[in-house]
Amino acid sequence: EEHGQGYTSVEQVRLLDRFSNKSTNGTLYLTATHLIFVESSSNNSTSILHHHIASVEKLSLTTTGCPLVIQCRNFRVVHFVVQRERDCHDIYSSLLRLLRPVSYEELYAFSYNPKQNDQQREEGWQLIDLGAEFERMGVPCDQWQLTDVNRDYKVCETYPRDLYVPITASKPIIVGSSKFRSKGRFPVLTYFYQEKKAAVCRCSQPLSGFSARCLEDESLLQAISKANHNSRFVYVMDTRPKLNALANRAAGKGYENEDNYSNIRFQFVGIENIHVMRTSLQKLLEVIGTRSLNMSDYLVGLESSGWLRHIKAVVDAAIFLTKAVTVEGASVLVHCSDGWDRTAQVCSLGALLMDPYYRTMKGFMVLIEKDWISFGHKFADRCDQLDGDPKEVSPIFTQFLECVWQLTEQFPQAFEFSEWFLLQIHEHVHSCQYGNFLGNNQRQREELQLRERTHSLWAFLMSEKQNYLNPFYSPAYSEVHPVLAPSTLPYNFKFWRNMYHQFDRSMHPRQSILKAILTLRDNSRNAESTLQALESVTAPPAWCDPHRDL
Amino acid sequence: MEFSEHIKTANVEDVVLRQPLHPPSRGTLCITGHHLLFSDREEGSSRQLLLLLRNIDAVEKRISGSSGTITIKCKDMRVLHLDIPGMEQCLNIAHSIETLSCLDGVAAMYPFFYRPSDLSLQNQWGLSSTEKYYSQMKELHNRWRLSSVNRDYSVCPSYPPAVIIPQNTDDDMLKKVAKFRQGGRFPALCYYHRKNGMVILRSSQPLTGANRKRCREDEHLLQAVIDGSDKGYIIDTRSSQQAQQARMTGGGFESKSSYSHWKRLHRQMERGKALQESLIKLVEACGDESHNMDRWLSKLENSKWLSHVQTALSTAGLLAECVERDGHSVLVHGSEGTDSTLLISTLAQLIMDPCCRTLEGFLALLEREWVQAGHPFQQRCAHFAYSHARLQQESPVFLLMLDCVWQLWRQFPLALGFSEALLLRLATEAYASDYGTFLCNSHQERCALGVTENTHCLFQALLRPTERDYYSNPLYEPTELAIWPSVHPQSLQLWRGFFLRWTQQARQLEEAQEEIRNMVIEWGKMALS
Repeated sequence: EEHGQGYTSVEQVRLLDRFSNKSTNGTLYLTATHLIFVESSSNNSTSILHHHIASVEKLSLTTTGCPLVIQCRNFRVVHFVVQRERDCHDIYSSLLRLLRPVSYEELYAFSYNPKQNDQQREEGWQLIDLGAEFERMGVPCDQWQLTDVNRDYKVCETYPRDLYVPITASKPIIVGSSKFRSKGRFPVLTYFYQEKKAAVCRCSQPLSGFSARCLEDESLLQAISKANHNSRFVYVMDTRPKLNALANRAAGKGYENEDNYSNIRFQFVGIENIHVMRTSLQKLLEVIGTRSLNMSDYLVGLESSGWLRHIKAVVDAAIFLTKAVTVEGASVLVHCSDGWDRTAQVCSLGALLMDPYYRTMKGFMVLIEKDWISFGHKFADRCDQLDGDPKEVSPIFTQFLECVWQLTEQFPQAFEFSEWFLLQIHEHVHSCQYGNFLGNNQRQREELQLRERTHSLWAFLMSEKQNYLNPFYSPAYSEVHPVLAPSTLPYNFKFWRNMYHQFDRSMHPRQSILKAILTLRDNSRNAESTLQALESVTAPPAWCDPHRDL
Repeated sequence: MEFSEHIKTANVEDVVLRQPLHPPSRGTLCITGHHLLFSDREEGSSRQLLLLLRNIDAVEKRISGSSGTITIKCKDMRVLHLDIPGMEQCLNIAHSIETLSCLDGVAAMYPFFYRPSDLSLQNQWGLSSTEKYYSQMKELHNRWRLSSVNRDYSVCPSYPPAVIIPQNTDDDMLKKVAKFRQGGRFPALCYYHRKNGMVILRSSQPLTGANRKRCREDEHLLQAVIDGSDKGYIIDTRSSQQAQQARMTGGGFESKSSYSHWKRLHRQMERGKALQESLIKLVEACGDESHNMDRWLSKLENSKWLSHVQTALSTAGLLAECVERDGHSVLVHGSEGTDSTLLISTLAQLIMDPCCRTLEGFLALLEREWVQAGHPFQQRCAHFAYSHARLQQESPVFLLMLDCVWQLWRQFPLALGFSEALLLRLATEAYASDYGTFLCNSHQERCALGVTENTHCLFQALLRPTERDYYSNPLYEPTELAIWPSVHPQSLQLWRGFFLRWTQQARQLEEAQEEIRNMVIEWGKMALS
């Protein structure tokens, strides 16, 4: 039925619970941006953003109606049964159309209007300032400088405009090196560990093939090494399995030959590629989506999906990076193939272990803005924002969030934010409601004029800060433990139920410690402010003596 | 009994102790009849280790040259290493520990010698009893009576002297029923559900045997239980095949034809040796320090421990559903009725009854359902997972129950009045204790040895003001509602606080728990000020 207000509605739809035999009846509404199910008995509603929908499947007709299964990128799975097949087909085909936007302009961010004026929106975008972030790290300094070589995205179109390089690295060296690196992604600074003057740099793989050399690339690495007086060598971390790197040589790519570069220590750390990760998550979701799953099948499935093994590999790599920098005081150059997936994971997770600032809410936003958004993690491709190549889709950023969650579980007092913050970021990486994650790189974002036409997620999250605070956070803890040293013995890694079953209510603890603590805190704050209000009254009458029971 | 004959070397100087979470330290080692004592001799520090020898599960010695290393694996999962100078001293010490840690006589055990200054033997022993329970449940009195048929333990050696049975069942009938049930464990009431008047009874299996023997008195007793209601359920903790097989060895089950108003439900629960082996495998997996995720997950799966947790919780859920949602009385038994039976009746009571969820209520429940109901602690907890001794009657049913309670506590962190620390303490005390509570296998044995007169009661000790806070849940908010656990495998977790308790990570979590306690106290003060 078509309504004047621009939505379609279908009555007498049943929503089945995925893991029990429960179901609720209601009405399904399809609007321009959402699919909404309203329960008839309670008026409770379930609202699904079109961008969140990964797939829609229409199953064969049953006696009770026509089943429609919708899988979402935030791991929500809904199972509707629509009484009339024609209604089901209408919804199905409408969703298929809405599911595959072909241009960015169709994304929700361009129509989302939170009732802010231009100034407020502008302020939202100014919240995170990467120039200020490098200053906080102590850069520029006597060894590192800002270069304008990529001012017009000429040297590397997937890098940001502002890049930091060793003071001794001249423009010809940089340009020469960029020609020797996949997609022009030459080595640049991403984190500076001031205490030891050690640098974390990132790049893509060298185009070395079996024997090619590039003197400029060699001198750029030399310059990185020289910029750190604490160590006589620089680590080069290739985050790929050795076999993959070897295979790349046949395609004219590959890895650094230790004989050609003076003072490097080369190391593989063996994180699998985007295709392995995609398949692994698919397997995991398949296993945990099974009804009446028994414990053995669950554990066997968890193992054979390999998911936790991959998570552990990323954390292990970050620990290697952190130790090299903080203990040995060595600079490290991190790369993988293109330097925008595994490299982003390892650099950002390493920085999170090294620097307590990134464990605050603001700092975490800065970290994502720097290592993921500005350095060109391909959010559009990896998160399937537009109808694109399914082989480019991969849960790389989700893995990063999970690694952070695993750390928050091991260090309950070290993070300012709770897991709800991570879940909310994950939600919006896929919602396309805010401009931050649209597109694949900064250049593209500028072309899309996102700052002018969309809103920033960071400002929204900051305005809701109270909801995401970790009540156990202790800044004092971080003073004593500025660098985190997690254990990666396998038993420390857990299945992240709140992520992968976020919407399956029957899976969750029925009561939450976090919520209880937050309520208690709010109550006590209220009591405190009442107290202060009472104390501020001059010469209070006897009945409001603050020491009396209120 | 002279302990000294087992102690050839009582003191050794210059011993190095290596233990989890501490740097190694050098000091003096001393062996007494019940303890291993180590004191640090570093200037200014006075670190001591006082370890109950009973807590030691396995001793391994390695001699190299003129010195040796003794590795001690404890029943609380601690692993200690002692580097001892002098081969002979090392062998002597190892021998003493081996002998003294598993002496047989209960009367010589430490609880009979433990005399802390703040406890008196004149204090009340225990928290609860059948009599007390009966007198509190006035609603019971119409249809149920307290029988002292077992006052001299002759009807059922593993039952307490007092039992609650249907009003119209006399003691002579009970004696006949007892003869028809394994070990004399006739059906007796263990829980009354105030909301609807339904009850849980427990027993052992009926001795129907291959000839399908019947017992009119047994049938009569069960009929009296459901009097007026249409039916009752029997939850048999064996598969129906196992129950069938039990007939070949004289056991059996309640047949449909003889117990027409009772509906049997079979749920296979692991028991005995298989459960012990499951624990051994899990503990081995937790001690594996290799960095191999696949191996860990496969070992975890292979141990089956979490499967047992899942089965126990879902069977308890079934029991609670029968009583609370379905409104029927239930009889629970397996074969002996001293293990899985107690496990699920305990869990079901926690699920349904808010009174069992307070600190006192929970301890009283354990006292009634495990200590007095005759769980053979001495046999079941003789060894933990490290021992090289041949397995006999060991089985970690009590530990499995604590694990399940922990899972409940995780899912309902506000509904239970006690803390994880309590569960950890109980898990330790069941295997080695200063207190008499978990000694012996039955009420009768404890009575014969004068346990209540000559030892202190753990449950009383845990409720002392000094301890009480630590074992209470600071977030406790009583609820009248049943707490139905989710038994999806994704909702259950390895009990890291216990199985990985000596790791740095467990310590971090403990600190966070402590932090919660402090915050809640702080805010509580503020809100009251």
